[in-house]
Amino acid sequence: MSAAKRVLLLGGIALALLGMTYGFWYAVFAEHQALDGIGASLASSFSSAANRNLTQSAEALDQYRQARYNYDRQVDAHSHWVGLAMVLIVLGIGFDHIALSRKSKLLLAWGLLIGAVLFPFGVLLQTMSQGVVPKLVAVIGSALVVFALAAAAAGFIRRPNVA
Amino acid sequence: MAAPDALVSTSDPGESQWFAPFSARRLLVLTGLGMILAGMIFGDIFAVFILHQNASRVGRSLTSAANAALGGDVAGVNSSFAGVGQFLENRGTKVDTHVHLIGFGYLALMLAILQPWIALSESARRRIAWLFIFGGVALPTGVFLIHYVGLAHSPLAAIGWASIAADAGGLLVMIATAVYLYGLAMHFVSGFRASVRDTLLNTHTAATRFLLAGGLLLVLLGFLHGLYYAGADLDRHEAADYNTLLQMSSAAAAHNQTQVNQALQQYGQLQGEKAVNVAAHAHLAEFGLLAMLLSFFQPYVSLREVWKLRWAAVLLLGSLMLPVCVLLEIRFGLLAGGLADFGGLLVIVAGFAMWIGILRYGGGLEVARGRTQ
Repeated sequence: MSAAKRVLLLGGIALALLGMTYGFWYAVFAEHQALDGIGASLASSFSSAANRNLTQSAEALDQYRQARYNYDRQVDAHSHWVGLAMVLIVLGIGFDHIALSRKSKLLLAWGLLIGAVLFPFGVLLQTMSQGVVPKLVAVIGSALVVFALAAAAAGFIRRPNVA
Repeated sequence: MAAPDALVSTSDPGESQWFAPFSARRLLVLTGLGMILAGMIFGDIFAVFILHQNASRVGRSLTSAANAALGGDVAGVNSSFAGVGQFLENRGTKVDTHVHLIGFGYLALMLAILQPWIALSESARRRIAWLFIFGGVALPTGVFLIHYVGLAHSPLAAIGWASIAADAGGLLVMIATAVYLYGLAMHFVSGFRASVRDTLLNTHTAATRFLLAGGLLLVLLGFLHGLYYAGADLDRHEAADYNTLLQMSSAAAAHNQTQVNQALQQYGQLQGEKAVNVAAHAHLAEFGLLAMLLSFFQPYVSLREVWKLRWAAVLLLGSLMLPVCVLLEIRFGLLAGGLADFGGLLVIVAGFAMWIGILRYGGGLEVARGRTQ
């Protein structure tokens, strides 16, 4: 088995385990609380509106926005880690079909693995900081994934037969 | 590193054994594809009979909450939101059932491919396959039941028996995957890597390449669409979500019925836009992955080559048609929705045809290889 194939297969399985472990932890310890928080803050905002208390209503809605923002990104990180892990494993299995040099394949495999780790990690970091760094991490990760997938697709199309 | 003999002899029982009836690989392939098909059928039923009705109920509850706030009725607001919570839980658990059935199906197919490289005995791999299947079915079943079972007879304050069953199912899947990973790692450290002979991955048919290239292009398209949505629309949608709700609550506090109605209408449109974009992104990527996974099993599909190619084309056509038509739903409404459902049906029918082909497989690949040798 080539080094590139090993990077994709072992990296993909490790990433799937990371994504599932994170999802399991999140479902058991955080998701119910997050969903309760989203519902409660929205209800509180409308109750305050019914009491004609606009300040309290807006504050509750701010809490709703923050809770929803975090929830969406936490779920996205879990699903993208697992989803990209699957792409890594499947590509690893079919990597012999790609018409590129061994060195290019290895580079492609590492690029895809690093991108698949970084992109959801950047999304997750946005729940801690809404500055430039988390977005930059997510953009670099996604650019690596797009480049690697495009190169792999070109490699599949270039080669009509596999030896 | 010296490898234990048991590892070598048990991890490579001879290639004719890899797809024997009730072998770990066959179990994982048939149940994996079965779970994917069951998840898709469930998704179609959910989309047609539950999703739209549920969205309309959520919309009605939000309207009722806004109107209660308009009338200064705090109790009315709380009772409306209690309803929204139930509808959202109902919807969320249905989506999770659909997603996890299909996700575990994909994982089962991948683990099936890796079987020859997992340095464990066939009986151990078969037992782990059953563990995986049990967990993979228990999690979505438990999630589906959460809405109906609730907290009845639960020993915990916030988590019911259905949630416990679902979490236990997830744990079983994790354990099974971890054991397979251990077996894979043992293979790589055993020093007998070259001893594995797997005809499946060394046999290339036209359908294999067609599905592999088409599937990867679908994954790429889905990823690009997701990036475009994240870059161009996500921030705008999140800001609009907050602003519309703020406008709704402020208008309710100010007794402005017209503005409340306007905000409610905008909120409904916004949720629709978000939903179609997320669905198109997810379905493009998932169908692409499915096509790639199924490409590896084409040598096991006992159908004529021309029919393998036809079913591959049907699968790819449906895989592209569903997400594209879902995106067009905002503009063309029910017509696009109907075509999207038809696309989903094409994928299911093609997947079922391949499942039947795999079920019929009687070892033709090994026989053919034996002849060439």
